[in-house]
Amino acid sequence: MIKQLRKQDVIFLLLSLVIFAVFQFLMSERILTSFWRLNVTVICLNIILASSLNLINGVTGQFSLGHAGFMAIGAYVSAVCTMFFHLPFICSILAGAAAAGVLGFCIGTPTLRLQGDYLAIATLGMGEIIRICILNIPQVGGASGMSGIPTETTFPWLFGCMIVTLFVLKNIINSNQGRACLSVRENAIAAEAMGINTTAFKVFAFTVASMFAGLAGALFSHYFGIAHPSSFTFMRSFDIMTMVVLGGLGSLSGSIVGAVLLTFIAAAMQSYPEYRMIVYALLLIILMLYRPNGIFGDKELASVILSKWKKGGENDGTTAENK
Amino acid sequence: MGDNLFLQFVQQLINGISLGSIYALIALGYTMVYGIMKLINFAHGDVYMVGAYVGFFAATTANLPFFPSIILAMLATGLGGVIIERLAYKPLRHHPKIAILTTAIGVSLFLEYTTMLLLTPQPRTFPPLLPNAIYHIGGLIISFQQIVILAVSVILMILLTYVVNHTKMGKAMRAVSYDPDAAQLMGINVDKTISFTFFVGSSLAGAAGVLVGIYYNSIEPLMGIMPGMKAFIAAVLGGIGIIPGAMAGGLILGVVEALISGFISSTFRDAAAFAILIIILLIKPTGLFGKNEHEKV
Repeated sequence: MIKQLRKQDVIFLLLSLVIFAVFQFLMSERILTSFWRLNVTVICLNIILASSLNLINGVTGQFSLGHAGFMAIGAYVSAVCTMFFHLPFICSILAGAAAAGVLGFCIGTPTLRLQGDYLAIATLGMGEIIRICILNIPQVGGASGMSGIPTETTFPWLFGCMIVTLFVLKNIINSNQGRACLSVRENAIAAEAMGINTTAFKVFAFTVASMFAGLAGALFSHYFGIAHPSSFTFMRSFDIMTMVVLGGLGSLSGSIVGAVLLTFIAAAMQSYPEYRMIVYALLLIILMLYRPNGIFGDKELASVILSKWKKGGENDGTTAENK
Repeated sequence: MGDNLFLQFVQQLINGISLGSIYALIALGYTMVYGIMKLINFAHGDVYMVGAYVGFFAATTANLPFFPSIILAMLATGLGGVIIERLAYKPLRHHPKIAILTTAIGVSLFLEYTTMLLLTPQPRTFPPLLPNAIYHIGGLIISFQQIVILAVSVILMILLTYVVNHTKMGKAMRAVSYDPDAAQLMGINVDKTISFTFFVGSSLAGAAGVLVGIYYNSIEPLMGIMPGMKAFIAAVLGGIGIIPGAMAGGLILGVVEALISGFISSTFRDAAAFAILIIILLIKPTGLFGKNEHEKV
């Protein structure tokens, strides 16, 4: 399978390989304390969550606040697969992602007829309903959560999944479908007049994003070994949305920067727990007041550095580090 | 047996109405702010929490009775609302909606955790501002507090209706919510009108905070999150931006919740509220009292 890779993709891959190697070295040599090892993990998870939410909120311009619900589905379905059906790890996380994707499709089809704020409220409600339903299923632990999930998520898995997510999303954004999604954001009526089935593309973006949220949830539950309903409240959806908005709506590199920045701030303030959330909140307000379009706007970091980034190549070679 | 069930039903109805009138008070603030700025003010639930704390300190430190406490709480939260609007929302009025929404979440977190830092996260016992009398009427139990809650809410709602429908400021509010640009052209001070709306909406939330403190006897820094969400659902249920809708939505939500926790299970109470939200959004997104608006090019 020799596919033509674009130069930018090769650079991106090499860069991510270097980053991976550096972090893998730092982690295996225990140079990073366990606290920072944990935070590198959380950063990877948040990048998956933020960049997938960006497909809905940024690229398609729909306003979803229910990402934590899909994360919960991924976490619980994969945990059930490993614990009750003893499936191998990879099957479980794929099952978790698929379940979240299917649910995203089922929920998206009726709710995406709504627009703007109404969609935001509806998705927020959906996320909460998913959580409360899980809370009331005794087989998966109910309010006390599910514990004893085998901790099989390792850093190479996590990093690999993150790179796959970013590549898939980048290629979607740069494909026909991604352009159609962009046109829905810019002007839904004009897009429809050009023959684009706006509802279908909204549902498409929603399904893909839910699937990746499910993937992140599956990795999450298999990293910490527990899945607890309180990890998936709407506050987590807000957190993810904040990362997307802070980085810049529609910008993948913005989502990455937003996720890294916010997780880092939260981690750095860990020793002052009473001030942590206040500083976080103030930062949020101040950053929004001075950069209401986010750090990157809708531009990509690479489009500033490499002007030829625009068209992506085939999604090959990403599996190279996904061992 | 059937009689007993009926009694229980009426009892839950009474509990639901007193809870619902508190939801309605909070929902009014949401709906007014949405009507005038098209903003979901996520910090509104926390303004209500601040109101409860101001009422608490007015009653304990300053030893004030019920009415001065509630009025002090209303004034304080009203001013707080105006300050929040001026500092955090006004500069972003012409920016994408998601930016101002993120700021609202920031303000909400800021209020919650500042209160936590200054006043410790421990719940506090609200002083008994009202006599703890309970009336038994034909097998039904009604407390004096429930009557006061309902009475205060109804008086505040009547006052609000009067202000909105029969005063110059109310007229300005309706004009700005209909079309801010045209209102400005007609010589209405849009900034002042929006500030006034925030003042009124926040002071209603402050009153609701004190009433809840009296009703549940306990307040804590994160108490605003859930009632804030519920009140928001109430506002959507009645049709967001419509004042009588918020009142009706609050009452309906309160009654439904009381019935569900009384007859099914209290764990499903929160899910029920969100289920109502989804159903209403799918069937009639503009809410019970809303009119359909056609999409214009």
